[in-house]
Amino acid sequence: MSGCWNCGAPPAFTGRDTGEEAHFCAGCGSLQPPPSNYFDFFGLERKLGVDAGALDLRFYALSRRLHPDLFFRRGERERQYSLDSTAILNDAYRTLKDPVKRAEYLLKENGFDVGEQKSANVPPELLEEVFELNMALEESAKEEVAAALSKFRSMLGESDAEMARQFERYDRSFDRGVLVEIRGLLNRRKYIRNLIETANGTR
Amino acid sequence: MNPVFQIDFGAQERVVGIDLGTTNSLVAYMDLTHPRVIPGEDGAMLVPSVVSLGRAGGTTVGSEARKLLIDEPSRTVYSIKRLMGRGIADVADELKLFPFRVAEGSESVIRVSLGERTFTPPEISAMILRQLKKNAEAHLCEPVTKAVVTVPAYFNDAQRQATTDAGRIAGLEVLRLVNEPTAAALAYGLDKRKQGIVAVYDLGGGTFDISILKLHDGIFEVLATNGDTHLGGDDIDNRMIRIALEDIQSEWGEDISHNGEAVQLLRRAVIEAKERLSFAPSADIVLEFQRRAYTRTITRELFENLIRDIVDRTLGPCRSCLADADVTPEQIDEVVLVGGSTRIPLVRAAVEVLFRAKPHTDLNPDEVVALGAAVQAGILSGQVEDQLLLDVTPLSLGIEIMGGVVSKLIHRNSTVPASATETFTTGVEGQRNVLIHVVQGERELVKDCRSLARFDLKDIPPMPAGMPRIEVRFLIDANGILSVTARDARTGVGQSVEIKPSYGLTDEQVEAMIEESIVNAEADFRARQVAEARVEADTILAATDKAKQSDAYLDLSAGERKGIATAVNMLLLAYHSDDHLIIREQIEKLNAATMTLAENMMNAAVGRALKGTKI
Repeated sequence: MSGCWNCGAPPAFTGRDTGEEAHFCAGCGSLQPPPSNYFDFFGLERKLGVDAGALDLRFYALSRRLHPDLFFRRGERERQYSLDSTAILNDAYRTLKDPVKRAEYLLKENGFDVGEQKSANVPPELLEEVFELNMALEESAKEEVAAALSKFRSMLGESDAEMARQFERYDRSFDRGVLVEIRGLLNRRKYIRNLIETANGTR
Repeated sequence: MNPVFQIDFGAQERVVGIDLGTTNSLVAYMDLTHPRVIPGEDGAMLVPSVVSLGRAGGTTVGSEARKLLIDEPSRTVYSIKRLMGRGIADVADELKLFPFRVAEGSESVIRVSLGERTFTPPEISAMILRQLKKNAEAHLCEPVTKAVVTVPAYFNDAQRQATTDAGRIAGLEVLRLVNEPTAAALAYGLDKRKQGIVAVYDLGGGTFDISILKLHDGIFEVLATNGDTHLGGDDIDNRMIRIALEDIQSEWGEDISHNGEAVQLLRRAVIEAKERLSFAPSADIVLEFQRRAYTRTITRELFENLIRDIVDRTLGPCRSCLADADVTPEQIDEVVLVGGSTRIPLVRAAVEVLFRAKPHTDLNPDEVVALGAAVQAGILSGQVEDQLLLDVTPLSLGIEIMGGVVSKLIHRNSTVPASATETFTTGVEGQRNVLIHVVQGERELVKDCRSLARFDLKDIPPMPAGMPRIEVRFLIDANGILSVTARDARTGVGQSVEIKPSYGLTDEQVEAMIEESIVNAEADFRARQVAEARVEADTILAATDKAKQSDAYLDLSAGERKGIATAVNMLLLAYHSDDHLIIREQIEKLNAATMTLAENMMNAAVGRALKGTKI
């Protein structure tokens, strides 16, 4: 990163946890162009475990310093940086506070393709369940559908618990292999969600 | 006016807050500690959102214009907000219920006829804004050029853009559009810095909004918003009018529904009865027209049965909003009511049942939005500290993909500013353009959403299909307005984008309207100066005439008398000039010519006075 656009002072901070002030020049106090990485923006390590309460507080603190409302009387350049920064701040907050979106983001940043996953690829271990649900739906068998629904819900819970375990594993090791497993889990989870929606009749 | 001394407020600039409503509009400002509504020339806080075009040009706005609804229905327009940012196809239903006279050639932009001229909705809204600006300038004794303007939370991009255009045409820089329910929360939150979850239920003349906010040490974070841009007090009025018209037809044996004057009189009678029913157990609709009278008593019970389904239509959006905010009714700490229609007891009861909380009514529901706009104005000017509004976009933003399907880029209820980046490429070798169709709405198919604009990525370097990579950034700013930028992902060079808005005015059209309004404003100003000069000329001519009868006149020399006669003739010649300077020049000359006469008369008067006084 080069120096401050305004006074040329070298960047005071290097992107790790330094609070809201990391976004401003230590020399002249002017707002700097925002980092594009969501974790960097919040001054967080690139880890999958995020303390939700701390994230909320940091979001409010950053909003209080960066929001365009506070830059109306500044120069055009800082106004633009404020708009860019706040857009990234809001996008980053939405992404990081949700474990699934957070994991997808980290995967993407690590070069994984997590674009529109085709839910047509049925995870093999779910084939039997899908078959049973379709039968039940076709026959409008309410009890069977309800049973399937509760089964899927518990599968979703298990899947979330497994994902949390893998998150911890990744944060200890930064092992790419764990990310591959997490991607598999995300696909499976997405599929189960679709099944729940189908069973609910909301799809 | 020369100020005796000036206080330097540093970089702080006056920013006013404006509630540009369907029925009424208000302007407010922050005094040292509190937001205050600025009264108009007639002393009233509410300026009816009614505009009338005079027969000699010139416009009347507000309560004076509202009176003209009856005498000059074809030159007067109300509820123009309903047409803001909308296409002719959108307003077909509106046109059945409201006496808008849509002019020919309204395919791309609606034009409304007032007398012999036509205006776009932003131009008419600009007339209302100009009146508010004038009121503010008169009250604050300083020029006002910057404003925060409120819009219904559920307004889409085109409606927001139209509101900004109206500001520009009126000579006001709209620093920020604030959602009406959020503004109301800001007005309420001013003195109470607490944590909690607040629901704002805003039922106005033409629109309904519901917003759920989380308060956190002065931050007002909107969690979700929902609404209906076509639901409000007007719907209640229209229903009562329809019933009264049927009644009248059977009583009088005549259909008066096509008589503009009669319908306007009836509308007023219906509104009066509706308003009384908020306090009284029954009220009469009374219409006197062409020496015939119609009276109908409406009990509260009958009224409530008539409007129950209209009130119920607000409940669906409320439930969706709760679900989107992921809160239960029990978690709502406070409910704030906004908009004149929330005075109706049935509305209050419905809100109480749904949210299981007694709604707040300490602030005047007509004024609370303007007060909140003034607080936001104070935040922008630096006058109000430690308060911040984090609002959301009410509708999802998407682009059209294969098969007329929408791919959502920014979901509804995302905090704004919000952005999304997509990479586009070409489908055929050597393709130079890519057209991106942007829509707003929640449905899966493009045809069920609202078209915002088409963005044409131009001058793409010719390459094999799929090779170019153009990164397009969609940004919704804090006003809820979209902008699009594009760059070549390989080179980082900016890519030119041509914007074709689906509705509304192009920048050039707005510029032309601004110029036209400046020309008109100058003409209006010149006309006033000429009128004032003529009044002065009348005064001096009358005085000169009268002086000719006095003895002092006879004492003047022949030359002096001739000088006066010449000056009078010259002034009479200049009188009909449309340049006030020419009139004034002759007034000065006549003044000079009559100087001796005036002195003589004064001396004579003093002499008479002394004679009559016993010393």
